[in-house]
Amino acid sequence: MSEWVIEAEQLTRRFGDFTAVDNISLQVAPGEIFGFLGANGAGKTTAMRIFCGLLEPTSGRARVAGFDAMSEAEKIKQQIGYMSQKFSLYGKLTVKENIRFFAGIYGLSRRELKEKSAEIVDRLGLASSADKQVDELPLGWKQRISFAVATVHKPKVVFLDEPTGGVDPIVRRQFWDMIYESAASGMTVFVTTHYMDEAEYCDRISIMVDGAIAVMGKPAELCAQHGVATIEDVFVSLARKATRQGD
Amino acid sequence: MRNLIYILQKEFLLIFRDRTILRLIFIMPVMQLLLIPLAADYEVKHISIAVVDQDHSSESQRLVQKVGASNYFRIVATPADYAEATRLVEAGRTDLILTIPPHFSRVLATTGHASLQLAADAVNGVRAGLGTTYALAMVREFQSELHPSPKLAGGGVPLIEVTTASWYNPHVYYPAFMVPGLLAVLVTMVGAFLSSLNIVQEKEAGTIEQINVTPIRKYEFVLGKLIPFWVLGLLSITIGMVVAKLAFGLWPAGSFLTIYVFAALYLVGVLGIGLFISTLTDTQQQATLLSFFIMMIFVLLSGLYTPIESMPRWAQHIAAFNPPSYFVEVIRGVYIKGSTLRDLLPTLIRLAGFALVFNTLAVWSYRKRSS
Repeated sequence: MSEWVIEAEQLTRRFGDFTAVDNISLQVAPGEIFGFLGANGAGKTTAMRIFCGLLEPTSGRARVAGFDAMSEAEKIKQQIGYMSQKFSLYGKLTVKENIRFFAGIYGLSRRELKEKSAEIVDRLGLASSADKQVDELPLGWKQRISFAVATVHKPKVVFLDEPTGGVDPIVRRQFWDMIYESAASGMTVFVTTHYMDEAEYCDRISIMVDGAIAVMGKPAELCAQHGVATIEDVFVSLARKATRQGD
Repeated sequence: MRNLIYILQKEFLLIFRDRTILRLIFIMPVMQLLLIPLAADYEVKHISIAVVDQDHSSESQRLVQKVGASNYFRIVATPADYAEATRLVEAGRTDLILTIPPHFSRVLATTGHASLQLAADAVNGVRAGLGTTYALAMVREFQSELHPSPKLAGGGVPLIEVTTASWYNPHVYYPAFMVPGLLAVLVTMVGAFLSSLNIVQEKEAGTIEQINVTPIRKYEFVLGKLIPFWVLGLLSITIGMVVAKLAFGLWPAGSFLTIYVFAALYLVGVLGIGLFISTLTDTQQQATLLSFFIMMIFVLLSGLYTPIESMPRWAQHIAAFNPPSYFVEVIRGVYIKGSTLRDLLPTLIRLAGFALVFNTLAVWSYRKRSS
């Protein structure tokens, strides 16, 4: 078994004539917070869906948590958590019911399930809303609950697709505290974002342009290489070269 | 199996929180069973007829009175000539034109033969067909009234009287065969429609993707969706049978066991169709349109309104692959004739075949991962 928890080798995904993911290679180490950046339509979500076993690659290889994304997709699923761009808990179920359902199908025992549920409610300060239907809660809360649910089974890796879209800076900060906590416990975090300040919180980042990875490395190093002060400047200088239209 | 319990728990919670689905399950059977059998009736009454009487004899008057007095016809006009009558047809004011030519009674009296002309607006084929049949019957009756007690001797045409007996439904009580058929349609709607909408709803909300990244197994997901709607389908047929009893006094002549055995099996098949629809579509709108299209074919070829035996041969072949046609036949058989499981065994085997085919298709086409 390799030391990497996520590994991609010349991974490519085409949709007809369109190459959404173009020959990307990357490695992510256990416990790392890896920022997966790129403009809209650069192919981030497609790549992430391949890692999660939701989409087959056209060519190349990907391994996640020691399993092959092509042939062992179902085995990967027990080892990962995924939070999609779209908020995807059951809006008509209460917070507790959502936790119970997902924890249940991830195979937590009845006792673990109770403990975990109480722990999440406590950690998120949701005591008064635990029996409310999720639809009634503000977006920031929903996103933190989603994260808690996606990691309820203590996966090796958690994939977050623009987890903080549309919320205020305070909620974003709280969300990142949760990410740090999880990474500190050894969980690998693979996250896409549009907020360049968030990119600076990552251990390493890559920036995708037109389906390919343009640069990869530690944020500070990338700034130094490009002779600019912030990741935002690096991003803008690369994104300007993109030929694809955003979505 | 453990997963299945969590899935079922979730599905039932969601169904019971969805007011629309609950209302649909309770109100749909009641509305369908009360409205359709009472409103839609095969008997055509009050057909508009225009009579062009160019004879003006006492015989022609008698014929016109006879037509006017019947329940089937309503004389809307008595135009002077045929051309005027055709204008009434064009204006949509009459369905039939009966023309009594000049010298009708004289010709009839002297030669024993006379002609009448009957023209029908066949835009509504059923009205035109039945209208002409009724009118012909009336003319025949009129003829026998003119020549009562025909002499059978020497070249007279013998009159053959036909008596009819309607078995199992002696009074040809219309709801008695319409209501059981509607029960079958009801179960089809709950099974195919609601289940496909439910899954597509998860696609739209994105929750299905959240399910697809879990280690849940395909069969667990499929069973988790089938079982709740299977229960709902059985619930709706039960409500339907209660309505049939309360509103029409209809009670199956056969056993409930037969009905439930068939309903249970049939539902598995239709649920498979629903599931299959959901794998072909991405939005509730698409699923609704596709289900609607399929339901139309299902219902029109089910024998509910038109007997399958009177369809053209090619349509009969299609109907042979139409699951609702079997279920309609079964429910009618059990309700009216008291058919038993043993009588219906061949149909049971066919329905089992449908269930197997559609579910295999559905499970096969449901993908946790897009290729």
